[in-house]
Amino acid sequence: MTDPGPSPAPEQAAETGTLAARIALKQRAGGIVVPIVTVVFAFLMSFIIVAATQHSVHTALVVFKEIFEGSGLNWLAHPTTNLFNISAYNLSQTLLQTTPLILTGLAVAFAFRCGMFNIGGNGQYLVGLIVANWLGVDLAGLNPFLHILLCISAGTAAAAAYAGIAGVLKATVGAHEVISTIMLNWIAYWTASWLFGAGGALQNSQSPTNPVSNQVSPGARLPDFWGNQGFQGLHVGLFIALAAVVVFWILLNRTTLGYEVRAVGFNPDAAAYGGINVKKNFIRAMAISGAFAGLAGTLDMLGGAQNYQVGQLDIPFIQVGFIGIAVALLGRNTAVGTLLGALLFGGLLYGSFHGLGSSSVIDPTLASNLTYIIQGLVVLFVGADVFILYVWNSRKKVRRGPPGAAPDRAEAAT
Amino acid sequence: MADDDLVLEMRGIRKEFPGVVANDEVSFEVRRGEVHALLGENGAGKSTLMNILYGLYRPDGGEIRLNGKPVSFSSAREAIHAGIGMVHQHFMLIPVMTVAENVVLGTEPVREGVLLDERVAARRVADMAKTFNFAVDPDALVGDISVGQQQRVEIMKALYRNADVLILDEPTAVLTPQEASDLFEILRTLQREGMSIIFISHKLNEVLEIADRITVLRRGKTIETVPRQGATEASLARAMVGRDVLLRVEKQPAGAGDVLLTVRDLHVRDDRGIEKVRGVSFEVRAGEIVGIAGVDGNGQSELIDAITGLQKIESGTVTIAGRELSHASARAALDAGIGHIPEDRQRRGLVLEFSIAENIALHDYAKPPTARSGWLFPGRMVQRARTLIKEFDVRGGGPLTRAGGLSGGNQQKLVAAREIDRDPKVLIAAQPTRGLDVGAIEYLHRRLVAERDEGRAILLVSLELEEILSLSDRILVVFEGKVVGEHTGRVSEETIGLEMLGGGEKAVA
Repeated sequence: MTDPGPSPAPEQAAETGTLAARIALKQRAGGIVVPIVTVVFAFLMSFIIVAATQHSVHTALVVFKEIFEGSGLNWLAHPTTNLFNISAYNLSQTLLQTTPLILTGLAVAFAFRCGMFNIGGNGQYLVGLIVANWLGVDLAGLNPFLHILLCISAGTAAAAAYAGIAGVLKATVGAHEVISTIMLNWIAYWTASWLFGAGGALQNSQSPTNPVSNQVSPGARLPDFWGNQGFQGLHVGLFIALAAVVVFWILLNRTTLGYEVRAVGFNPDAAAYGGINVKKNFIRAMAISGAFAGLAGTLDMLGGAQNYQVGQLDIPFIQVGFIGIAVALLGRNTAVGTLLGALLFGGLLYGSFHGLGSSSVIDPTLASNLTYIIQGLVVLFVGADVFILYVWNSRKKVRRGPPGAAPDRAEAAT
Repeated sequence: MADDDLVLEMRGIRKEFPGVVANDEVSFEVRRGEVHALLGENGAGKSTLMNILYGLYRPDGGEIRLNGKPVSFSSAREAIHAGIGMVHQHFMLIPVMTVAENVVLGTEPVREGVLLDERVAARRVADMAKTFNFAVDPDALVGDISVGQQQRVEIMKALYRNADVLILDEPTAVLTPQEASDLFEILRTLQREGMSIIFISHKLNEVLEIADRITVLRRGKTIETVPRQGATEASLARAMVGRDVLLRVEKQPAGAGDVLLTVRDLHVRDDRGIEKVRGVSFEVRAGEIVGIAGVDGNGQSELIDAITGLQKIESGTVTIAGRELSHASARAALDAGIGHIPEDRQRRGLVLEFSIAENIALHDYAKPPTARSGWLFPGRMVQRARTLIKEFDVRGGGPLTRAGGLSGGNQQKLVAAREIDRDPKVLIAAQPTRGLDVGAIEYLHRRLVAERDEGRAILLVSLELEEILSLSDRILVVFEGKVVGEHTGRVSEETIGLEMLGGGEKAVA
């Protein structure tokens, strides 16, 4: 190797590199402070926007109170299991939104930990959803437990294989995973449209003109544990998602597979030198990432949705993979962080949509757009946490004098 | 020569980095229209001096005069504006843009205020290429042209910005011999046009071929400035390396045993397809240190990567302790008993974001006791780290400290600890003391000798001749991918120095 003369500043050299590596770096740099500051900034900014457009600070305050109550988080003040209590019902709906976000968040986080950017959460989610619908409809009459297990594992495996395509392309021909996963998103989307569309193989036989899938057989439905089917209760998928959080943590921190993933994600050169097969890890990590997203799809199909409609109903779902990116970024690609990030976005999604939509605080059309504005700001500020970190660090620098003396705190990776 | 002929004067330049004085009262001047070579070993301070001139570093002391006027640049932009151009060793080109677009980048001719006037850009670049006989198509994509041509694009960039002092940082390091002689033609043309050229190099033959005057730096100090007439490879080598007392390591004569590493007629290409190792054969026995001496870029890195399974072998064989591993993976090489202290501990030797404990497990993370059937036991990782930290005296943190937070010397100790603790049969140490302070160097040297005495076969690759001379039982000199000299017993630095620069072929025959 050629060496450009003396290298007196060794710490600077190794830390640059790919986008994913840079994101991974900043994810580790600021502890718990940055995500919290990020969220506070985002809410502050949206507060200013609402106050300015409504010419009233009071209205803005009410708007945020409505969002908070719409998300059902006020339930925490008066816990009750009675779903006729509005706050309990809202909370159950928020958790319903949170369930897939946990999983798509984990999907993005897992790929990030291996140095890859999986934007294909939507596509992988759809593959899981399609397979779960197909088996959920076709194998009616099977033992419910077996039926559910089969639908979930087949859907998850299919999504893993689907994401694995992007991993294989990266490992063999060097195709960037950002490009290939985006393309796979569209392939999954149009495949779903074709399968569920008029005349499609999985299209609802009862109403041949509607672009909608069959309902999964009752035996394959995930049982609700809070509320009831008619009222869209909270199904046990939430526990599966929570279990996935634990699996994610164990996989990364307590297995040799996770060690390889993290080594490759931090420094592929050092990993190869350590005897780790980097290409194999790209493929495997991508497949595992896809499995998380696919699992989200199967849970939504067997739980809340039960059928799938091309055109309108798919709109909220189709965001799930992308919101997962924000969830993972906010959660700093850790297991617990992703869980909390999913809860925040789940609450925001349902709370702003429902809380503002049903109230008369502001014009309903404005209310529905405000939902997107707030979401956008959170995502924007999540993306801006490099900046927040910079401000945070330079503040420290001013106080402590020149850098270099500060010893590194041992940061246990979670 | 009168003083007004000086286009550039640098006087008493001083630059300190934490723990290193990179430039210590360096003085350097360039006359108008001359090619002035800046010669020195790696780390002698050449690049630092030029980065100061180019506005990338701020000097801690000293004065720079350009055309007689004192200047002080706080950015490359200012230096460029003042007429200084620099071609870095690693090109700064955008491969998906055309030659013309790259050349005008940043100073694009515009039309209607905002639009890039591509026709004007292409025409100006074509004119320039013709004037200086560059033989580069302005419309070709930079990614499609050869490295030599890419270098010319870099030179054109400087010319386009009206540079009259051009700095070339080791320009031939990336070139084939033919490309290098083409480059020299171009430099002579530029010289005739009145341009002043600073040519950074550590290759003596090149310097003697192209330079009018030569300034030698050693350990951050100016040693001498001499005209080409009268200078010889031997005289320059002496100035470059110095006659300081060698830092001798106490050691007994080698008690060489079985052959543990055999390399036969090895050919290896680098990532760009250039054959860097061209028929190398040697063996290393248990209980001996074989040193490979050579100037950077003569195939050492590729040789090591081929032996350790990190680079594909074109032809030839590598045998470790009787097992042929010519096309084996890095994993297989490790399992066969290779320990490898890599030349770049930050890029390859360590995962800087990992803890010390995790780094110590880098090769054996999947083996008991660290892991069993895929399950990792971090507690045992930490335990092992604690033992090694004590044994190898790694300072600056405990098992859970991030490796990136350690100093260079402790990082290197960490790498050495890991490699030696694996109990390898063959230990490859590449640049084991680069960038370390004297204490750490001494420690590692003694450790290497101790490991030799334990019966390991040690292959030492270093750009520091002193290190090779003081540690090795046998020395191989490589030049352009071939072994051009082999020495056992006492040998003078000058002899090896000459061979390293390709000047000793006759002597070896």
